[in-house]
Amino acid sequence: MSENIIKVTQVKKYFGGVKALDGVDLVIKKGEVHCLAGENGCGKSTIINVISGFYTPDSGTIEIDGKEYSKLTTQQAIEAGVQVIYQDLSVFPNLTVRENLAITMEKSSERKFISRKRYDEIAKQALSTIDFQIDLDEYVENLTVADKQLIAISRALLYDAKLIIMDEPTTAITQKEVKNLFEVIRRLQKKGISVLFVSHKLDEVFEIADHFTIFRSGHNVYSGPTKELTQALFTHYMTGRDIEEEPFEYNEKDGAKTVLEVKNLSLKDGFKDCSFSIREGEILGITGLLGSGRTELAETIFGVHKADSGQIFLNGQEVHFNNVRDAMAAGIGYVPPERNVMGLFMDQSISDNISVTRWDDCRKGIMMDQSEIDTLVDHWVGELSIKIGNASDTMRTLSGGNAQKCVLAKWLALDLKVLILNGPTVGVDIGAKYDIYNLTKKLADRGLAVIIISDDIREVLLNCNRVLIMRRGHLVDEKQTKGLDEETLSRLSVEY
Amino acid sequence: MSIKRLTKKTEFYVAIILIAFCLLVQVRSGQFFTPNNIVDLLRSLTIPMMFAVGEMMVLISGGVDCSFPAIASLSMYFVTTKMDGMFSSPIPYFLVAMLLGLCMGAVNGFIVAKYRFPAMIVTLGASSLWIGVMQGILGSSEYPLTSALYRLGEAKILTGTNAQTGFSSNLPVHFGFAVVLVLIGWFILNKTMLGRGIYAIGGDEVAAARAGFNVFGTRMFIFCFSGAMAGFIGVCRASMMMTVNPNNMIGMEMDVIAACVLGGVSLVGGKGSVLGAVLGTALMTLVANSLILLGIPTVWSRVFTGLIIIIGTGVSAVQEKQRKNTLHVAVSEE
Ligand SMILES: Nc1ncnc2c1ncn2[C@@H]1O[C@H](COP(=O)(O)OP(=O)(O)OP(=O)(O)O)[C@@H](O)[C@H]1O
Ligand SMILES: [Mg+2]
Repeated sequence: MSENIIKVTQVKKYFGGVKALDGVDLVIKKGEVHCLAGENGCGKSTIINVISGFYTPDSGTIEIDGKEYSKLTTQQAIEAGVQVIYQDLSVFPNLTVRENLAITMEKSSERKFISRKRYDEIAKQALSTIDFQIDLDEYVENLTVADKQLIAISRALLYDAKLIIMDEPTTAITQKEVKNLFEVIRRLQKKGISVLFVSHKLDEVFEIADHFTIFRSGHNVYSGPTKELTQALFTHYMTGRDIEEEPFEYNEKDGAKTVLEVKNLSLKDGFKDCSFSIREGEILGITGLLGSGRTELAETIFGVHKADSGQIFLNGQEVHFNNVRDAMAAGIGYVPPERNVMGLFMDQSISDNISVTRWDDCRKGIMMDQSEIDTLVDHWVGELSIKIGNASDTMRTLSGGNAQKCVLAKWLALDLKVLILNGPTVGVDIGAKYDIYNLTKKLADRGLAVIIISDDIREVLLNCNRVLIMRRGHLVDEKQTKGLDEETLSRLSVEY
Repeated sequence: MSIKRLTKKTEFYVAIILIAFCLLVQVRSGQFFTPNNIVDLLRSLTIPMMFAVGEMMVLISGGVDCSFPAIASLSMYFVTTKMDGMFSSPIPYFLVAMLLGLCMGAVNGFIVAKYRFPAMIVTLGASSLWIGVMQGILGSSEYPLTSALYRLGEAKILTGTNAQTGFSSNLPVHFGFAVVLVLIGWFILNKTMLGRGIYAIGGDEVAAARAGFNVFGTRMFIFCFSGAMAGFIGVCRASMMMTVNPNNMIGMEMDVIAACVLGGVSLVGGKGSVLGAVLGTALMTLVANSLILLGIPTVWSRVFTGLIIIIGTGVSAVQEKQRKNTLHVAVSEE
């Protein structure tokens, strides 16, 4: 018996030339909520995949509950009591909710045959742990990311685990669900179960964690109890620089044109009667709960859906977009929340992903001008400090946060009039968040109209001059952010 | 299962089209629901249906197998020519053919599972290879069927006679084999962890590996199973036709894959059911065999099968797109 549930010593893992882990240590005590923090691409998900037996480390040792494993397999890790909620969720899109919840459990108890009755029992039990309601017969591919995340969470909590690893489990779910999850974590902790928690949301990690380990570029930079750490210190360890956020100041210029105006726009099962406008240089926030219609509104402006009624004006001219191409041609850019589904070609190169919107411009006659593309890509990789191995590697090799930066780069490379960012900093580290904020402010200063859709109240307050509140398909309120405090705005967005 | 969910299933539509087609033929010709016609159809369905079961497993796992006709032909040709007259029971012929098929399937499986080459390329290559081996080493001429298998070919489950015309057809025992194989396929895919693992791997290979599924082993199993079945089916085919023709199965892969896709089996893996594959195969067989009853010359049958495939897969693509575009916001009335 050991007092540590896990002890990782000097683990190295290289992917080709990328040193994802370059000799890191990680010790988690029993009954401890341990936060693993660090910038995007510092190796958090990689160490998690090593502990779960999915990656074989190049060197180093892993000890689970005092037992050292030379070549850990996923099956062994599960048997040893390690459960993981992966960053990419690892659910099965083609199977029903019931089966998703039950199959891993049944697999690890080495069942050879399927029993519908047991499936049912396991699934119900899983949902009850976090008080989550959903149709068990629905196929997971038809669910929202939030629901998928909740499925991944409830599936992991089912086990009689000794260590539950959560790799950014709260990126899509709402505050209420986060609260439920935290209650469960505290309950687990009382039973002596350890939790390894990864999240880029500072308030969350400071609320729940007892102990911190911070990585930077595959190395350890800090390990210690939460009470010895302040947010500023934490940021410093993580990024190696000091960050001070300044609120956005909108310089209202006389005669600033209205760029985009939306009048009485309605879409069945999406939103109803939405009207708003945005001027050059403004950053407009739209906040509201998940499922309030905010994404549908943005997608309609971007030409994904066709509105049932209402009008959209761009620079005073009414526009009708039949598809996304029309909207892009008119100068509208949209960064979607589900980047790996809508925003990126995961199996194409990083370079292609960033430059794809500009291919028409990067030409020499009928040939592609590779050197111009390279310059473009280098520029944006530098500007957003995207951490990549090689621009010709596939998108899949990037860490979650760096992939998000690539989506941004792709749109920023275009010459736009309106840029809509939907959840632009979900899963992005604080340093990068800061960079993205600064960049949007710079773009707004140059006259771009920016719309930020976000449920991060702080983000909206710091970066927008105006905020719209959306509730159940309606735009219910509009506020200037100056003088508005977090509490008021957060209450406004959840009221009813 | 609720009605709403039922109507979302491809199987449901294929079944409806199938029934509609039967009725149409019956109304136009009056000859559809006659015992001999039904028996004829079941007979033509036997071989494609068995192939479809093996193929759909491969498709569900996210692969594709284009080599089963070659495997079937080579195993069948080997046992019928090299072991001609050696046994009086048909069983050894089947066993040896299955073993040969299993080995050839294992080669496919190993290359695909271990080196992660695209299954399509590997199995197309393997297909040429085995046909080449057969023609180069064993020859490719017709050959009289060995007596044990000939006798099996004469065995029948029942005879369907048309009272009006006096025509009759026999339903060979092989149809019984096909039914058993379909049931085995259904059982593996739905009732065993192995089968659910095939779906899991087809849905998300990484997630499956993380859940503790043996991805390599499962892929090996699928290709070995498909190979062994191909060997078995090859011998069935020869004994049903009562002659050894090494070339008449070649080219069947496309029809079988098309039938699976028509029945709702996804080409990118993860989706499909045994019922769907059987219905898809039934529809294709039905169209190919019943045009004559509608007064359409048989030369047009390929055109019709082609149309059905294009329309059928087109419809599922459109459905998929609509599914992705449905919105779910609960808009309040204010
Ligand atoms: N399969 C892979 N092939 C090549 N490189 C990889 C692979 N997986 C990860 N990497 C690289 O390893 C580094 C660490 O990635 P990892 O996913 O562990 O980051 P992370 O700390 O989880 O970041 P985030 O906060 O963005 O999720 C990154 O630079 C990434 O590009
Ligand atoms: Mg990560």
